[in-house]
Amino acid sequence: MTFALFLQYLVAGVTYGAIYAIVAIGFGIVYNATGIINFAQGEFVMLGGMFAVTLQAYVPLPVAVLLAVLIVMGVGALVEILFIRWLDRPTVLRMIVITIGLSIGMRELALLVWGEGVRSLPYFTGDAVTALSVGDVHVSPQVLWVLGTVGVIVAFLLFFFGQTRLGRQMRACAANRDAARLCGIDARGMVTLSFVLAAGIGALAGCVVSPITYVQYDSGTNLAIKGFTVAVLGGLGNSAAALGGGLILGVIESLSILVLPAAYKDVVAIAILLAILVFRPAGIFGNAATARLQEHA
Amino acid sequence: MNRLPKWIVLLGALFFAGSAAAKETIKVGAILSVTGPAANLGGPEARTLQMLVDEANKKGGLSGHPIELLLKDSGGSPEKAISFAKKLIEEDKVFAIIGPSTSGETLKIKGIAEEGKTLLLSCAAAESIVKPVGKWVFKTPQNDSHAARKILEHIKKAGLTKIGLVSSNTGFGKAGKEQVEKLAKELGLEIVANEDYDKEATDLTAVATKLKAAGVQAFINWSIEPAQAIVLKNARQIGLDVPIYQSHGFGNIQYVKAAGPAAEGVIFPAGRLIVAESLPASHPQKSVLMKYKKDYEAQTKEDVSTFGGHAYDAFLMLGKVIEKAGVDREKAREALEGVQGLVGTAGIFNFSAQDHNGLQADAFEMLTVKQGKFVVLQEGAAKKDAPAKKK
Repeated sequence: MTFALFLQYLVAGVTYGAIYAIVAIGFGIVYNATGIINFAQGEFVMLGGMFAVTLQAYVPLPVAVLLAVLIVMGVGALVEILFIRWLDRPTVLRMIVITIGLSIGMRELALLVWGEGVRSLPYFTGDAVTALSVGDVHVSPQVLWVLGTVGVIVAFLLFFFGQTRLGRQMRACAANRDAARLCGIDARGMVTLSFVLAAGIGALAGCVVSPITYVQYDSGTNLAIKGFTVAVLGGLGNSAAALGGGLILGVIESLSILVLPAAYKDVVAIAILLAILVFRPAGIFGNAATARLQEHA
Repeated sequence: MNRLPKWIVLLGALFFAGSAAAKETIKVGAILSVTGPAANLGGPEARTLQMLVDEANKKGGLSGHPIELLLKDSGGSPEKAISFAKKLIEEDKVFAIIGPSTSGETLKIKGIAEEGKTLLLSCAAAESIVKPVGKWVFKTPQNDSHAARKILEHIKKAGLTKIGLVSSNTGFGKAGKEQVEKLAKELGLEIVANEDYDKEATDLTAVATKLKAAGVQAFINWSIEPAQAIVLKNARQIGLDVPIYQSHGFGNIQYVKAAGPAAEGVIFPAGRLIVAESLPASHPQKSVLMKYKKDYEAQTKEDVSTFGGHAYDAFLMLGKVIEKAGVDREKAREALEGVQGLVGTAGIFNFSAQDHNGLQADAFEMLTVKQGKFVVLQEGAAKKDAPAKKK
């Protein structure tokens, strides 16, 4: 195998990784504020893509993306207010069942509204055959759009959770909701906000990846499975770690095709997930001590 | 008779006319993958059937029998197909089942239909559905071996010898892969790269890279999922500028729209439905194809695809056997084996006891994509039809 080919596999891996990472980040936000996994995150991604594709027929692409993100943020708020807010100290199991139910519900609604067809946004730059080439290595500009978007989101979240008052309040709610409330934090508002943020980021992810992966009423589920794997792999709640985890998984999957049939790609991903859960439950980049703290909270 | 008053004769005539209109209702089951990864097959199939059943019932049914359609959505899952097949046969006691949409599902319920002595008119392509022949099992799409032969002979004619083969890990993908492997050997073509991918794959750059690394002169993709559009984009993006062939699963214009410029020049075998307009008026299928196309597009506001056509043909067969043999199952089955020259959307069907598909390789036409549209491939123009790469 030539070096150029090896690089081409790496680029393929980065493509997968970027897609997984951008989906994974949404999981982290809700987890950060509530300590639960929102299994409907994939549907936010799908809805973002669907709304943008629909709107794009009437308005220019950037406006369509922006509107789609805002609409899905609204959906996120609605979901939290209607289904999550009134629960008093829900157990983890109950939350899982509720979010899975929501995910199925949204998927069926999307099927009713949009039908079963495959849609996609146009490539943001160039078209389906455009590629940037360095020597014999080629990459679609859309991959760079995805990477760039992940980068901006990660930077924003690091700043938001680390530096802003609102972000720290959200983290406080996750660590100990009662204590946070005693300190005067609007805990309920924080949870709503986390759903709005996660929905918005999911929708943005859905728009950016749709030219590559297409969007279909049920495409959210698949993306969510990979996204969840990556979120756990990197360490839940840490968006930079999600990016790292995504890239690692993507590259491993891409290189695995050298020795295994491509259909076994998911086997590789799940095997890694299991290994991480057994040996490093806090994730590759996670801190075991903080993870335990969070679990006890 | 002369002594009977006229009004009694009239009453009698009315009575018989009335009873003719009220023949017993025929229950027809349909197991289609309306949702799930094969929704692009099952969706158009379900809409076609619903349209045909409504139309038939408005006209008083098939040969006077009103039709009750029991439509089940399997979501492409063989497990669901099995339980629906059992329910339709054992509880609903349907006269016939149309579907399933996919080969994997059909193969799983073939035995159930045989045991239940219920006609199964499958809309799926794999040849193993009718080979070995099951007494009660028929299928409407063209054979995948005919598709594989059309493709490989075309490659051979173009003077290419080193080919790549990629397929999805579904019943359709696996069956096609087997056919291509077998025929390639027969025709002296060498498969230098042979890859399976997951049916829900979202990006196939690594697979395309492997094809490129193997130095293929052309490659064939065999699948029905969105992946068949994804593989086109990824191959062109990494600069793999060889002729690309697809299976007859590509006959849905949605995938061409999804792949955009990457779909230009793709060559694939398909029934004539999707190029109906460009057929000469003298073609025996022309009127059937145009009628279905117009009706379907007026009703659903979406482009016709070969898959809906498979359901159309199944319903056509059903109408034919009821016309010939009524509602007796065994007689209907025998009658279907004797149907000759039935003009459908997939081709002209000639059934026999050994051939439960009834189509020959000439049911396929080699098509290509030009400016986002399906057109009949002009021989000779095929060889270097790969689009010029834009930088």
